[in-house]
Amino acid sequence: MAEIRIHKAGILTTVQDLGRFGFQQYGMPVSGAMDTYSLKFANSLVGNNLNEACLEITAIGPTIEFDSDTFIAICGADMQAQINGIDIEMYKTIEVKRGEVLSFKGLKKGFRTYFAIAGGIDVPMVMGSRSTYLRGKIGGFEGRALKNGDQLQLGMSTNKPQIKQISNEQIPEYKNSFTARIIPGPESTYFTVQALTDFLKSEFVLSNHSDRMGYRLKGKTIQHKTTSEIISSGIAFGTIQIPPNGEPIIMMADRQTTGGYPRIATIISSDLPYLSQLQAGDKIRFKEIRLVEAHELMREENLI
Amino acid sequence: MKPNDFTYFPLGDSSFLIKVGNEISLECHKLIRALVLAINKEKIEGVVELIPAYNELMLIYNPLEINYTKLVDTLKEIEKNLNPDSLPPSTIIHIPVCYETEFAPDLEIVAEKNNLTKNEVIKHHSSIDYLVYMLGFTPGFCYLGGMDSRIVTPRKESPRKVVESGSVGIAGNQTGIYPIDSPGGWQIIGKTPIKLFDTERDNPFLIEAGNYIKFDSITLAEFDQISDLIKIGNYAIRKESKLG
Repeated sequence: MAEIRIHKAGILTTVQDLGRFGFQQYGMPVSGAMDTYSLKFANSLVGNNLNEACLEITAIGPTIEFDSDTFIAICGADMQAQINGIDIEMYKTIEVKRGEVLSFKGLKKGFRTYFAIAGGIDVPMVMGSRSTYLRGKIGGFEGRALKNGDQLQLGMSTNKPQIKQISNEQIPEYKNSFTARIIPGPESTYFTVQALTDFLKSEFVLSNHSDRMGYRLKGKTIQHKTTSEIISSGIAFGTIQIPPNGEPIIMMADRQTTGGYPRIATIISSDLPYLSQLQAGDKIRFKEIRLVEAHELMREENLI
Repeated sequence: MKPNDFTYFPLGDSSFLIKVGNEISLECHKLIRALVLAINKEKIEGVVELIPAYNELMLIYNPLEINYTKLVDTLKEIEKNLNPDSLPPSTIIHIPVCYETEFAPDLEIVAEKNNLTKNEVIKHHSSIDYLVYMLGFTPGFCYLGGMDSRIVTPRKESPRKVVESGSVGIAGNQTGIYPIDSPGGWQIIGKTPIKLFDTERDNPFLIEAGNYIKFDSITLAEFDQISDLIKIGNYAIRKESKLG
């Protein structure tokens, strides 16, 4: 069985696919890649099913040795990937040989890099997914982030890559500020007119208390009219809740299934991959769009 | 029967909420349960999954497979024919709980705060069929309704760093079971050997919204016996239909 050996793990490298669906009614978080767009690109470049398990690499790249000749692809954040010390291109099928070592010189742009390998990372399927849910210690590689010295089995690769390169116009560009488009939420009437204006007109900063579960934002505090609690109810990837302190929280991949704070808005699906590439200190603004426009964007993206 | 009057509200571009009422009530719960059963029966293409809560049902869909307006129209049709009075009977799930001191570090506190003996607390806690309104917070955590007001106790002032899975606790007027090890401030009054959530099982979750839970008091010896039976996969949870 082919394997990869993790010499250095980085600070937060986890196994992720497109997520664990079907169990949210039982309180089970979806998890999965934060940036699903990059994960799908990476998988397509190595001939995998788009939902195959990849490594999601956060901020600092790992060092990985291959024990067989195979294909890999690197998409998402630019961490300056190298094979045996020589720079390699991103968004491209890369052939690697047994004994070669993948490493990363350092983060240049974005925050999360996706590493796909032909056949995928073969960790046990838990409730229909190989994604790691860190807080629940479920799925992925032993339910945890990778550590130095871990050895990961690879799945059987059955298909040769059909695409060898992603075209330039499809490669996302990451900046340190991002305007996320939103659909107003069911509790937008819980806020004063001033608060809604502040929400749409001011700039927020991503706080360092942000992780795969949620992003906390600093900036103008958003005032509730009277109550800052609702009867607990469902939340989605990208839902923005306003807790009593008025500082927005965006629910991300490892979010709980339900929440008890007013939902002021939800970020559209097409913008979540960009949001996932922001890091603490980056700036976020919000812009309202109509539901039909959001659906139109999803359809265009799906044609790629 | 008065006609239903639900509101539909998008939650982003891939889910929406169906609000059946404005409060936590048995009436809202029945409407949600009826909706879930009706939607599942309809097997609508493009519907990914449902998250039932107290007064809202969240429906997650794939907009590439089904048009939002069409889906809402289908739901409104379901709403028109929805009859919460003709629901199938609920299932009562019996959860054995050992209330002995070893597993009940806060039983004394609950008794003292309410001027009861420990046995009275156990009796009040284990003589009710609790309705599972919804699950959330952590995998397998059930929001239960119906706790006896005589055992209401505030949370601990400083939460424990780890509460073991299976622990049964009280927080204010709520009672519940910790499905996984987690930090928590509930007053712990007992423990069940049953695993509410186990990824190794074919069905990882034992309980769903709409079930009732009944706590059955067991001894330490019974706790060990049941634990052993669970280990060898030979313990059958007692279930019965809720009448009326």
